[in-house]
Amino acid sequence: MNDHLLSMHDLTAADVVRILDTAESFREVGTRVIKKVPALRGRTVVNLFLENSTRTRISFELAAKRLSADVINFSASGSSVAKGESLKDTALTLQAMGADAIVIRHSSSGSPLQLTRWVDAHVLNAGDGTHEHPTQALLDLYTMREKLGHLEGLRVAIVGDVLHSRVARSLSVGLVTMGADVTLVGPPTLIPPDAPGWGVHVSYDIDGVIPKLDVVYVLRVQRERQRLEYFPSVREYARLFGLSRRRAAMLPEHALIMHPGPMNRGVEIDSDVADQPASVIEEQVTNGIAVRMALLFLLLGGRREDAA
Amino acid sequence: MSERVVILGARVVDPVSGTDDVRDVVVADGRIAGPEAADGAERIDAEGLVLAPGLVDLHAHLREPGDEHKETVETGTRAAAAGGFTAVAAMANTVPVTDHAAIVHEVRDLAAAAGLADVFPVGAITTGLAGETLAEMGEMVDAGVRVFSDDGRSVPTARLLRNALVYATAFPVEVVIAEHAEDASLVEDGHMHEGAVSASLGLAGRPAAAEEIAVARDLAIARATGGRLHLCHLSTARAVDLVRRAKTEGVRVTAEVTPHHLTFTDEDLRTYDTHLKMNPPLRTAEDREALRAGVADGTIDVIATDHAPHAVEEKEAEFDRSPPGTIGLETALAVVLTELVHPGVIPLARAIDALSVAPARILRAADHGGALDPGRPANLVLFDPGDTWTVEPPFVSKARNSAFTGRTLRGRVRATMLRGAFTVADGKPTR
Repeated sequence: MNDHLLSMHDLTAADVVRILDTAESFREVGTRVIKKVPALRGRTVVNLFLENSTRTRISFELAAKRLSADVINFSASGSSVAKGESLKDTALTLQAMGADAIVIRHSSSGSPLQLTRWVDAHVLNAGDGTHEHPTQALLDLYTMREKLGHLEGLRVAIVGDVLHSRVARSLSVGLVTMGADVTLVGPPTLIPPDAPGWGVHVSYDIDGVIPKLDVVYVLRVQRERQRLEYFPSVREYARLFGLSRRRAAMLPEHALIMHPGPMNRGVEIDSDVADQPASVIEEQVTNGIAVRMALLFLLLGGRREDAA
Repeated sequence: MSERVVILGARVVDPVSGTDDVRDVVVADGRIAGPEAADGAERIDAEGLVLAPGLVDLHAHLREPGDEHKETVETGTRAAAAGGFTAVAAMANTVPVTDHAAIVHEVRDLAAAAGLADVFPVGAITTGLAGETLAEMGEMVDAGVRVFSDDGRSVPTARLLRNALVYATAFPVEVVIAEHAEDASLVEDGHMHEGAVSASLGLAGRPAAAEEIAVARDLAIARATGGRLHLCHLSTARAVDLVRRAKTEGVRVTAEVTPHHLTFTDEDLRTYDTHLKMNPPLRTAEDREALRAGVADGTIDVIATDHAPHAVEEKEAEFDRSPPGTIGLETALAVVLTELVHPGVIPLARAIDALSVAPARILRAADHGGALDPGRPANLVLFDPGDTWTVEPPFVSKARNSAFTGRTLRGRVRATMLRGAFTVADGKPTR
């Protein structure tokens, strides 16, 4: 593993397997009465969340606390950033406070990489702009492997606003790294023109793709995109690309329905589809904590014997 | 103030008279003089060096008035002199905007007080650069403005650009309308060239088509009106093709390219280095080759810096929040020598033409970019074409945002002379 986790491009297949295996060993901690191991006792993890996020921040916070790290939450509103402090000055402040790891969520693509130039701490990208969200991709890979037994050869469709999705970027890279067969599905205006260069297929016909899938991964579609003329209406989007009951019924029996959340029920996914047994959306959340524990543990070099 | 010097044994490159040979040049009373004036003059051994007409930058942002924290006319012209320039066109996006004669006079007075390079203020085409109504061009022409530009954005409607081109034909001198050619609706919120790299970096793109559309539109209007159009900082292969064809059809158009577009590609942005963020953006290797070919065959007349100083903290920001642009005055000549002349893409005379003669002609800067004949004003640059150096801050410019930092360049200015007075001597600004 590298010093930082910035992009799924940084990880080999062996790295991914090691992270997922480590996560598996940490999952059990979450089922204990006392959900804590001393692996990162005395280490400081800063959650630098400069873009609003509840679930990812809480997930990282729980992950760090279950490893006994000291956790500091730093968010944009009400902080020095709201007073105009630059990212660099904020970073230098955190450095001076002795942060061992900085988990950064930021609306600007590339900001985690920039952060590594200013601090010695390990940097974990918790989502940067429309670039990447590698911890989400890893928890998704974890969930797929857990439910389906393997990643190689899996047929996965990622459906929706790929163009603006950091989740889609990271997950595509991760799946391709692990030998899965990925198809991006959505209106052509929301598929990056160079997507075939990522080693994936592109389709605009969800009905043709669905019957052959092991996983359908549904992305959140922001209503904002309609204003910018990417598609005519939410109604038409739902009709052409939404995961309706009819479409969900076309999935093979073993196939998983996944979504990174938060969902727009009735837009990209029908409400009762989201709640049906094939949907593993809640498990994705639970697995997220174990995967983030594994990443903090591996990056910060926690002692294996303290992880038990 | 002005010295009497004889420059001995330099290779004199003067594209106007077609001179490229080793000879002595005498300067007296601010002008180039005949050999009879050499007696008693200071002797400068220039063996192995090149002497050429002082460079002329058709596109610089000197930031004054308004953004003096980035650059001032004095620091900007000192940087210009350090780079071998004797004349600079100062873009109109000052605060307040250079859209009336008072600012034109102010900028030129500041330059005269500094005495480091002649500054030719560029007037705004539209009031406040707002793209709505024509600025009072006549008043600015009377104040000496010969080039108008809303640089930073295209004139938004075809009608407004047409009216500007037609209106400008009224004046007794040739007035040039210079366009930043990018279709605004396609580049909104974009931060780099749209393509595989932008898709991978998750940065919104500025597609090549945005430039092609604007260039095609502007050329159509120039053709229809007979107006005199200049296209700023071309960046795409197809735009070069469009200009090439328009020129063969007799459209009155000139075009420029920057040293950075001749050097970098979008691949260089993979590190999110804000110093490489430009408008128009750095394009593909194919585009870069087409730009080089355009300079070589004369489709692109001018190499201009688009010197865009920014404060350190402004560039040390997130990529999407950082302002676009690089400084360029101190590196332009060396970059052109390194990227184009030494590899044999263009001969040295073409480089001097693109960096001095052609921009002086467009600016109507009669004292600059001319033949090195006796009687002409002694605006000169003396440089060592083979000297190798690495670009490092600090710069003579107030700013540090150079895209070229860390690059090793071949070619270095030894002396710059403005009307017979050294603004740079022994490679350093004299004041």
